[in-house]
Amino acid sequence: MARIRLDHIRHAYTPELAKADNYALREVDTTFADGGAYALLGPSGCGKTTLLNIISGLLTPSNGHVRFDDTDVTMLTPEARNIAQVFQFPVIYDTMTVRENLAFPLKNRKVPADEIQRRVADMLRRIGLEKKADRKARGLTADEKQKISLGRGLVRSDVNAILFDEPLTVIDPHMKWQLRSELKQLHREFQMTMVYVTHDQTEALTFADKVVVMYAGEVVQIGTPEELFERPQHTFVGYFIGSPGMNLLPCALEGGAAVVSGQRIALPASIGPVAAGKTTELGIRPEFVSLVPRGQGIPVQIDKVEDIGSERIVRARLGDTRLSAVLDEDREIPAEADVAFTQEQLNLYADSWLVARR
Amino acid sequence: MSDHVSMAAGGLPGESRSETAFRARERVKSGHFRAKALIPILYILFLLVPIYWLVNMSFKTNGEIVSTMTLFPHNPTLKNYATIFTDPSWYMGYVNSMIYVVMNMVISVAAALPAAYAFSRYRFLGDKHLFFWLLTNRMAPPAVFALPFFQLYSAFGLIDTHIAVALAHCLFNVPLAVWILEGFMSGVPKEIDETAYIDGYSFPKFFFKIFMPLIASGIGVAAFFCFMFSWVELLLARTLTVTDAKPIAAIMTRTVSAAGIDWGLLAAAGVLTIIPGAIVIWFVRNYIAKGFALGRV
Amino acid sequence: MEKTWNNKAWFFVLPVLLLVAFSAVIPLMTVVNYSVQDTFGNNQFFWNGTEWFKEILTSERFHDSLIRNLIFSGLILAIEIPLGIIVALAMPKKGFWVSVCLVLMALPLLIPWNVVGTIWQVFGRTDIGLLGYTVDALGIDYNYVADPFAAWVTVIVMDVWHWTSLVVLLCYAGLVSIPDAYYQAAKIDGASRWAVFRYIQLPKMGRVLLIAVLLRFMDSFMIYTEPFVVTGGGPGNSTTFLSIDLVKLAIGQFNLGEAAAMSLVYFLIILALSWVFYTVMTNAGTDKPVKEISE
Repeated sequence: MARIRLDHIRHAYTPELAKADNYALREVDTTFADGGAYALLGPSGCGKTTLLNIISGLLTPSNGHVRFDDTDVTMLTPEARNIAQVFQFPVIYDTMTVRENLAFPLKNRKVPADEIQRRVADMLRRIGLEKKADRKARGLTADEKQKISLGRGLVRSDVNAILFDEPLTVIDPHMKWQLRSELKQLHREFQMTMVYVTHDQTEALTFADKVVVMYAGEVVQIGTPEELFERPQHTFVGYFIGSPGMNLLPCALEGGAAVVSGQRIALPASIGPVAAGKTTELGIRPEFVSLVPRGQGIPVQIDKVEDIGSERIVRARLGDTRLSAVLDEDREIPAEADVAFTQEQLNLYADSWLVARR
Repeated sequence: MSDHVSMAAGGLPGESRSETAFRARERVKSGHFRAKALIPILYILFLLVPIYWLVNMSFKTNGEIVSTMTLFPHNPTLKNYATIFTDPSWYMGYVNSMIYVVMNMVISVAAALPAAYAFSRYRFLGDKHLFFWLLTNRMAPPAVFALPFFQLYSAFGLIDTHIAVALAHCLFNVPLAVWILEGFMSGVPKEIDETAYIDGYSFPKFFFKIFMPLIASGIGVAAFFCFMFSWVELLLARTLTVTDAKPIAAIMTRTVSAAGIDWGLLAAAGVLTIIPGAIVIWFVRNYIAKGFALGRV
Repeated sequence: MEKTWNNKAWFFVLPVLLLVAFSAVIPLMTVVNYSVQDTFGNNQFFWNGTEWFKEILTSERFHDSLIRNLIFSGLILAIEIPLGIIVALAMPKKGFWVSVCLVLMALPLLIPWNVVGTIWQVFGRTDIGLLGYTVDALGIDYNYVADPFAAWVTVIVMDVWHWTSLVVLLCYAGLVSIPDAYYQAAKIDGASRWAVFRYIQLPKMGRVLLIAVLLRFMDSFMIYTEPFVVTGGGPGNSTTFLSIDLVKLAIGQFNLGEAAAMSLVYFLIILALSWVFYTVMTNAGTDKPVKEISE
């Protein structure tokens, strides 16, 4: 178990790319607390898998250091780092039984036989594969195979961290929930530092204590799911997290208000000043947009209403800007209406970054 | 990578450390490469030396071949090649080989296409037995068939014709083509067929316009293997020909005469039989294994 | 892929069926016909029952060539399979050199079989061949025309030269299909180089290796042209394998009945082997990772 310190990590895949300033990871400088469950979330190509491989030691970063607690492990091999990793596709040793699979990393490390037996038996119970312990691993289902790969990591009780690289990709949808909650359960039991790479926000938000949102080789925000939802630090986070994503309305500033398509929208007093010359946008989650009778709010044109079961999404336009609102299923939706925003949930962005509150 | 490297590198700030990291990793990589590369290099050397010897001989005069042991031709001559390219009884051997090989290739692939489609898309009465029976023909020893073939083609008056050899080689090439093509076709999802029918394509139009382009590489590979196995086979080709359709590989035995063997000529003829294969192999290099495993890798 | 039941598919198979019937069934029928008849010339045949089969099955000559062929097949498998695996493991995995390796290695496979024989016939001669000359210069007595041992060595080295690349290509195809994650996982699990081979590479190569073994066994079981060119089956009968023996019997001695019976016995052995091969080809490989994605 260890705290993972990523000290000014940068990575380019070749020296040539580095010279051209073409970094897969621009700069990451952060610390993962001991025993925390972290998710690296972002679209494909954002550098999340690169970062994971740097933590696991499959890649050596071009710049910066990786530290586990106070040890610099930057140049150590994956084996020497003492970590475990679960891959996108289940990696199991086909010809071995489930039991032999779990014993394999211990055998390689010359753990005494009786100790191996004890730990493997314990792990079989925890991942719920006792009954299949002596079956060949190749015949199992994808989710069982993923549990074996996880078990191979957990069985070494002293691992510094467990890394997951989109581990639910090949799992049937109905098994995904179950496996994810089992993962959470194991995390609570073992209290290990876990880093989980995914491009699926639901997976990230339900698994992790802290979500690390990455975009174009950079970390744009690290926060709890609530923080990501309510105060996205960057317009990308607002757009990427939530369904539909945050409404972003280009605006001008006039005193304490934002002007969107000629409409004045009062901002919370706590929003700080913005330097001149920056592009400003107003962000509001669709969940905090409500419909009010005509004349009582900001006039919009309603284009269509999508029914998605428990709620309805209203697609509208404010001037030229598109706007979504999420409403309860049972509310009547008039053909013509104005919108109102929950003032406290308004976020102001300058050059895509959140304007801090006082 | 050792702790030593990590500690030394860890002490340096910023850019220079990154350089060290790159260098350290490259060094490990290239060192690893050299030791490991020795095996394929030695193996390829083992493959090439006998071929080189043949090439070497083909540029020598018979006098030099017989009298001295020279690692390269001291008096290089093109006389051996000139003989082959000017004497019709020599170069017609190549033409004959090419004719029956191409004939066989066309017949085999054309017949195998619909059959492979049937095997890859449908189940029908006796399909598995038929598929197995086709395979047994690929595995049949040509020696078993040499004599009956001779009698069969004599009865049809086909002895010493190109088509006789082309048909005889269908014995092992048609099953091979079916197996290879079936392997490639199974990789094309069936939904493509269904979509095409829904879009109003007739079967022939679908097959030629949509399906064949999709398995173009498979057709190429099947054609290549038909070419190859027809090209390298000699027992049947020689049994079924006398003069008019005699393959080059059989004509090579002419170099044995009362005056002894014309080694230079023999070598030159041999070298010329290697070249066609060497050229076409470049185009199918990524599929060679798949073809040899009958489309099943 | 679910296949639909459709007996009209037979029409698609018809051309192949006719073609193979013409080039396989009819000749095979003549063989069967000969195998149960005898002749005293003048194209007069009479029923001979199973006499030829009894004769061939008890023939010492047939037993000898069968045993010789089995030893030959066993030896080349014992050399070519491990050698092929070693070369495949050492080959580069990507880049320009892969293509170069593949093309150069495939070269012997594309040489007409009698030219392969010619190359080695020349290469092994002590007067004009590099190999024979060098071995002779080292003071080793080497003459494949007169010495059965030298003849065997030549024929085996020739087959290794000719066909090991097939094993390499198949193993290589199996190796490159292993996802990187397996090697990474093994690294993390602290597996040794041997363990990586034993538990990852070998199991993943299993199927292609089986194909390689069966193909090499069957093809070496029908070998004819290459040893015939080099040794002509000699010295004596020391390199007379089944196919060479069969051709001698049928065309050399024109003993049609016995040759036909031998053909059928020979063919039945091959048939049994083909069945093993077919079962392996169609049943193996159900646990590929690719399959899991589609499920």
